[in-house]
Amino acid sequence: MNGIHDLGGAQDYGPVYTETNEPPFHYDWERRVLGLFPALFASGAFHVDEFRHAIERMGPIEYLQGTYYEHWLHAFETLLVEKGFVSAGELASGKPAAARTATPALVVDGVAPLLATGASARMAEEKPPRFAVGDEVRVVNRHPTGHTRIPRYARGRRGTIALDHGAFVYPDTVAHGRGPHPQHVYSVSFAARELWGADAAPHDTVRIDLWDDYLEAP
Amino acid sequence: MGHSHDHDHEHDGYQTPPESIALRVKALESLLVEKGLVDPAAIDAVVDTYEHKVGPRNGAKVVAKAWVDREYKARLLSDATAAIAELGFSGVQGEDMVVLENTPEVHNVTVCTLCSCYPWPTLGLPPAWYKAAPYRSRVVIDPRGVLAEFGLDIPRDKEIRVWDSTAELRYMVLPERPAGSEGLSEEELAALVTRDSMIGTGLALAPKA
Repeated sequence: MNGIHDLGGAQDYGPVYTETNEPPFHYDWERRVLGLFPALFASGAFHVDEFRHAIERMGPIEYLQGTYYEHWLHAFETLLVEKGFVSAGELASGKPAAARTATPALVVDGVAPLLATGASARMAEEKPPRFAVGDEVRVVNRHPTGHTRIPRYARGRRGTIALDHGAFVYPDTVAHGRGPHPQHVYSVSFAARELWGADAAPHDTVRIDLWDDYLEAP
Repeated sequence: MGHSHDHDHEHDGYQTPPESIALRVKALESLLVEKGLVDPAAIDAVVDTYEHKVGPRNGAKVVAKAWVDREYKARLLSDATAAIAELGFSGVQGEDMVVLENTPEVHNVTVCTLCSCYPWPTLGLPPAWYKAAPYRSRVVIDPRGVLAEFGLDIPRDKEIRVWDSTAELRYMVLPERPAGSEGLSEEELAALVTRDSMIGTGLALAPKA
């Protein structure tokens, strides 16, 4: 989706603000939002690409006004209702409509093992790689209305396969409940001048991780 | 750093969350607890992990070891996930790691233009600026200008290699070992490794004379 989240190449957001000795959290509610992520993930409430797409579906003004953990909160609320974990009425009232039926998927003893293991998106490939390190490629000029991980600034641009990372879950399908369809992900090297024109510095490059289906012969 | 702010209310440069959001979060958590979907003690344990146990000191240990142990460095550059796990760091948002070596010819810097992907096991939770629009938008199109705001002056004829982490690989920079650090212990070397030097928006600190 050509959404506001796809920020690469914009120039009008001002300077980068940094904070000396920044704490991990600025508000107590941010702690709760962080902790809800693994708890809800463990209960099967969403795949990470569904979560990202829920954030991408925020309106542009809401997205830019909201901080990181506000985006997360929005995604939780959206997906919990869409997937039937809570009703819109329950969300509005904060009260459950019926007696408790579930038990938490993540309990205290499970936290350390879950966080130390994570959930790798690496999977056995469903189809062999079409490209090899050193190949010249072009990023497809495609503008899907659903979830994708092709940044707009790379579409239609020529690059070179720099690394083959192996096969990973394909975001464009898994975000929409259409299965993992694992395929190879490559680090593709683009000359800054290919992306940004002749004013870019002569030797600068941008490396972008792109799935096999995002690429074609140049 | 050019635009450093110590005011809590300006931590994102221009954003202040509404006060009502604390109530919204409380209502959601209590609903999920009452429905039996979430254990609040598990949330406490997650928060404790990322507030007190995981942070850039982990990554600094990885870097210092790579500076003193040639074989470890080779393993780190060929299979970063396994080499980092040797030191006990693994898991969420670091399941598949890649380490990028800075050299006299190449300066690496990392970003996630589409969201805020970041290597949690080695660097902890990302700083606000890494997740906000100014950095995410501009570091790919004007890396030299952004790095200058962090006090880095990269000559125009040196390659800046920007890594946009659009997939599930998580990147960490191996900064160059600073001059004058010969003879320091691994622990003393780790103290020179800043969070920003592992993002690529900084360099390792020079040892005190």
